[in-house]
Amino acid sequence: MTAVLEVRDLQKSFGAVVAAKDINVTVNEHEIIGIIGANGAGKTTFVNMVTGYLKPTSGQIEFAGRNIMGLPPRDITVLGISRSFQVPQVFASESVFDNLLMAYAITEETGMGLLAPLYNDERAARVDSHLERYKIADYRNAVSSTLPQGIRKLLDIAMAAVSKPTILMLDEPTSGISAEEKFGLMDIIMEALAEDKTTVLFIEHDMEIVERYVSRVLAFYQGQIICDAPTAEALVDPGVREFVIGEEYHRTRTEAAARQGGADNA
Amino acid sequence: MRYLDKTVVGLSIAFLVLLFADFFMAEWVRFMGLQSLARGAVALGLLVLWRTGLVSFGHALYFGIGAYAAAMLTLVGYHDAFFLVFAGTLASGILAYLLGFLLRRYRGIFFALLNMAFSMILYGVIVKTEELGSTDGFSVLAPTFLGYAPEGEAVQTTLFLFTLFFTYIVTVGVHLYLKTTLGGMSMAVRENEIRVEYLGYSAEKVIHVKYVFSGLVAGFGGAIMALAIGQVDPDSMANWNVSGEFVFITILSGIGNVAATFIGAFVFELIRTYAFEYAPLFWQLILGGSLLAIIMFLPNGIWSLVDRLRKSEG
Amino acid sequence: MQELIVILVDGLVFSSYLFMVAVGLTVIFGVMKILNVTHGSFYAFGAYMSATLIGAYYETDWPEFGGFLAIFAAALIVGVFFGIVLERGLLRFLYHRDEHIIVLATFAMFLVLEDVLLMIWGTDPYFAYQPMSLLGSVDIAEMTFATYNLTLIALAVVVGLGLWLGLTKTKWGKLLLAVIFDREVSQAMGINVTMVFLVTFIIGAIMGALGGAYIAPTISVSPGIGVEVIVLAFAVVVIGGMGSIPGAMIGALLVGISRAAAVHKFPEIELFVIYAIMALVLAIRPEGLFAPAQARKI
Repeated sequence: MTAVLEVRDLQKSFGAVVAAKDINVTVNEHEIIGIIGANGAGKTTFVNMVTGYLKPTSGQIEFAGRNIMGLPPRDITVLGISRSFQVPQVFASESVFDNLLMAYAITEETGMGLLAPLYNDERAARVDSHLERYKIADYRNAVSSTLPQGIRKLLDIAMAAVSKPTILMLDEPTSGISAEEKFGLMDIIMEALAEDKTTVLFIEHDMEIVERYVSRVLAFYQGQIICDAPTAEALVDPGVREFVIGEEYHRTRTEAAARQGGADNA
Repeated sequence: MRYLDKTVVGLSIAFLVLLFADFFMAEWVRFMGLQSLARGAVALGLLVLWRTGLVSFGHALYFGIGAYAAAMLTLVGYHDAFFLVFAGTLASGILAYLLGFLLRRYRGIFFALLNMAFSMILYGVIVKTEELGSTDGFSVLAPTFLGYAPEGEAVQTTLFLFTLFFTYIVTVGVHLYLKTTLGGMSMAVRENEIRVEYLGYSAEKVIHVKYVFSGLVAGFGGAIMALAIGQVDPDSMANWNVSGEFVFITILSGIGNVAATFIGAFVFELIRTYAFEYAPLFWQLILGGSLLAIIMFLPNGIWSLVDRLRKSEG
Repeated sequence: MQELIVILVDGLVFSSYLFMVAVGLTVIFGVMKILNVTHGSFYAFGAYMSATLIGAYYETDWPEFGGFLAIFAAALIVGVFFGIVLERGLLRFLYHRDEHIIVLATFAMFLVLEDVLLMIWGTDPYFAYQPMSLLGSVDIAEMTFATYNLTLIALAVVVGLGLWLGLTKTKWGKLLLAVIFDREVSQAMGINVTMVFLVTFIIGAIMGALGGAYIAPTISVSPGIGVEVIVLAFAVVVIGGMGSIPGAMIGALLVGISRAAAVHKFPEIELFVIYAIMALVLAIRPEGLFAPAQARKI
């Protein structure tokens, strides 16, 4: 296991408000990590700091052996950390195809290459195969602002994945998605990312999703990581149960377990 | 062959037709044509900015710099049109490059007004500079062309050819540019800067490039205008309503196609000239009225008429 | 020392004038997010109407001080008329459009109104000096100032305080602030945004017209007075922070006193000192000195 991302003593305060403190995380290659925590616990702040959107007050962020603290998002993206957004960030008035075409072009071109035509057949073919992988080919020519929420989420993540990042951070991939759709959506995403051997960190409120896709959990509470452990262990951690998951989930889980037990007995 | 599309073919045909027409057209038509090309060039820069989601209410700054730079060089003995126009264009480009570092941080109405503030500083400087004729400006002698010194009507004829040639090159260039990755990034920046940053490119850099380009073509237009009317003065070169007229042309043309810009500029010139001639007391009313009518009834400019025509055919 | 006092008094008078013409613009921007170029027309029509009414008033043998009523009557007539006609007749069709397009529409309307003004009043200048000569002059530090000009300072203070109190202390003002903060939520909460917009626009228009009406006795009312004003008012509003009334006051003071200083000390930079300040302020504080808080919408 090689560490790709090392975060040391990360702090962030907005005036008197401490949004993150003493954050220490090491992320290894090919890990799938779930970031959980109540609203305002500091999950998005963490993602924003690692991807350069927010400048940490102090601390250290090393990516692939290189200090990336203070770099703007564009440089961090080029180095290999990408992200998706809770509210999908797409080119709203353009078609799904054109969104991805632009994503590919920006990723692939530098310098004078930027003055080559945006469209070429080879790039279009890459876009189309990307559309297939993310199962949004049916929406190829639909304008992004008219897409259903789930498809827009997929487009957002597909755009973030264009650069084949080493690490992809997903900010609540299933928020706003119906319970019936969420596993289908996550299957598509995780399958596509597994092909590229991408290391994934995603923020998630839904513990069913966390249990199913994640091998390790970071639990945030009041700006701190209160638990960093394998999934099964983290979900029964008393601190996590009290401050993150709440009683609701446990009751249903225990009841479900009890029912299952009862059925077994019968 | 991949660069030859309908617009390039259309522009090339228009170029050739105008090239020959130059020798036959009436003097006043040529004069209007020259002004349309000059203003159209500025509007071309505004089109590129507008596609990026930015509107400038101050491009008279670059128009004025281009015009005055060219005109001032004639005062110290330079008369070659190639040199004068090149110098005017370059002067504006350099200024746009420098101010771009500041302006690329602004969006929306702030971008528009900060541009206006800078243009009004130039206006104030010119008005207060007696050496440049203050509000009256000064006259510009007829230019020469690489040693050829035309006289009488030939001056305008040659200047028209000169302007037509460069405008054609620039316009085709812009059209092709809009299809490149950098050109297409106008859309990307307008629609979602956050996404552009997270795809690994700087939105501000994109804006800066477009801004410098808009400054260059505005300087070109200004230098041409100075030579075409043989005179520079602050009120028709650098005042805020001049900037307003450029935006007017952009609205009139729509931002759908580069060719529309020059049609729009010519229509603007027609409205202005005829309003001024036949209703000297009401020309602003006619100008304002047409602008309102376009905003209300033709929100995508005259190019939407072409689009509609195409749709009804297809 | 004397020069300093002159600069200060001239500066205050000019600041008050600037505040009067800018405050309406900033109120309209604050609530409706519209940069209203026709504000220059309100000013010009206010001035012409005022000059006309004052002229007519002094044709009668009514008490001399009644002439001041003509000024306020002119502002009300112009403001209410244009406020209703422009908001209902034009702007409401454009609210869903791009902000630049709305500015351009008001620019177009401004051009139209410039010529309408010429149609009504012609090209000859109008003078309405009576209220000004009525008040005479006062001496400050052995220098003579027109009393009428000094009353402009008082008027600006009254208008500024009035608007500020109206906004922060009345129910109407609070509704307005809610709309400023978040138009959509206000609408959802049952605030009649249409009505708020109309009333705001009328108030802004009256302010613009009052600026012109009150200044009319001190100038020769002639074509083109609206153009200069609109650009000045832009600068003031942008410096102070668009939509902020205290901002307009600070902006007006900054611009007014700087310009008075420039006029007396460095007349060659008088014309562009204002825009230089504007560019400088924007470069340092992009949203102006007192930009109101924005609702976060992510």
